[in-house]
Amino acid sequence: MTAVIDYGVGNLFSLCSSLAFLGVEAVVTNRVEDLQKADRIILPGVGAFGDAIAKLNETGLVEPLREEVKKGKPLLGICLGMQLLFEQSKEYGTHQGLGFLKGVVSPLADDITTGLKVPEMGWNSLQFQKKEHPLVKYIKEGDYVYYVHSFYAKDCADSLVAYSEYEVQVPGIVGNGMVMGTQFHPEKSGAVGLAILKAFCELK
Amino acid sequence: MITKRIIPCLDIRDGRVVKGTNFEGIRDVADPVEMARFYNESGADELVFYDITASFEQRKLFTEILKKVASEIFIPLTVGGGIQTVEDFDRVLKCGADKVSVNSGAIKNPDLIREAAQKYGDQCVVLSMDVKRVDGKFTVFAKGGRENTGLDAIEWAVKGVQNGAGELVINSIDTDGVRNGFDLEMLNAIAAHVDVPIIASGGAGTMEHFAELFQYPSMDAGLAAGIFHTKEVEIRALKQFLRDRGIEMRV
Repeated sequence: MTAVIDYGVGNLFSLCSSLAFLGVEAVVTNRVEDLQKADRIILPGVGAFGDAIAKLNETGLVEPLREEVKKGKPLLGICLGMQLLFEQSKEYGTHQGLGFLKGVVSPLADDITTGLKVPEMGWNSLQFQKKEHPLVKYIKEGDYVYYVHSFYAKDCADSLVAYSEYEVQVPGIVGNGMVMGTQFHPEKSGAVGLAILKAFCELK
Repeated sequence: MITKRIIPCLDIRDGRVVKGTNFEGIRDVADPVEMARFYNESGADELVFYDITASFEQRKLFTEILKKVASEIFIPLTVGGGIQTVEDFDRVLKCGADKVSVNSGAIKNPDLIREAAQKYGDQCVVLSMDVKRVDGKFTVFAKGGRENTGLDAIEWAVKGVQNGAGELVINSIDTDGVRNGFDLEMLNAIAAHVDVPIIASGGAGTMEHFAELFQYPSMDAGLAAGIFHTKEVEIRALKQFLRDRGIEMRV
């Protein structure tokens, strides 16, 4: 069973639909027991970092999540959920993240000088930094995925799996052990996104 | 690099796609779900659904269709038509829409964009505007282009973006249906004053028209209905055509 953490951030319709489409048994939950019982956990999220981490803390799920991660249970953060995996964010102030991955989430606008629009909204292609990673099992370099974001992970060379060029290198897929994340929305990235979710849902 | 986007638009009334359709190999040419499937397989980058119904019953039918599409097609979906309140946003977002497009509703209630952007984020709010030249001035029209609001299109676009619109759909009434090319003059005049993605609409008749549009870095997407529905322009061929001309496309 796959647990999708429900902490009141963002719309889970598409994520749940895509898991159902793949035939994956998923539970949207804010209960500790479900995280413990799950084979793998997805941390979704849309919105602002500070608000999201506060809401996640309110659920009381952070410590249980740490326990499960320590045991090696696969965890996938999506979009803002991926950003929460890092140590820190500089989105409207400084906020502490979960610290599962090394790196800092920073404003895209600070590093864009050529007039590209922020947020980055649309399809961008993936360049692989690591060819061997569970999430890239069924996709190939150059495949397109759908991004909507104004902030991006920096100083995360350790965990970088794939990136997209948007004047800067935007980390698209990151991972360290069984903790992994995508800045783009796999549930909105057509067949490529489904292939990424499928690969994750095969992990135990 | 980020791609330019090709977006077919489906106008839906009584649960059916309106406008001329000439599909082969599809059982029901006016069934929105079948058409959404077809466009997804053809490589459409997003889909736009406009609800052009009025009654409550028909609106329920529309959200049922939306749910069905969102349950099997995993690309961004924008919904417009009859969006007047934040509750309308809620209704369609719960059925699987990713973005909500406001037009007359924002003209009637200028706070709508701000309220929705605060609740759902800028990326969720699309300001759609129908624009026509009146005495040489780009002017916003409401109610499907029937009512002159007297609003200056550039000022309206700037205000919408300030209030939190994350994207603009600019539809030129002057070129709509003429199929003689996008209204590049109007699009560029408005785009010069805002920094959000611009979706150009109105006037596409050939593949070359899209190539012309994407010569301008500030043009992010091209939207059309009729030429895609009738297959005069096929999306897969169009995207390959544009890519062959050095334009970044997801193919």
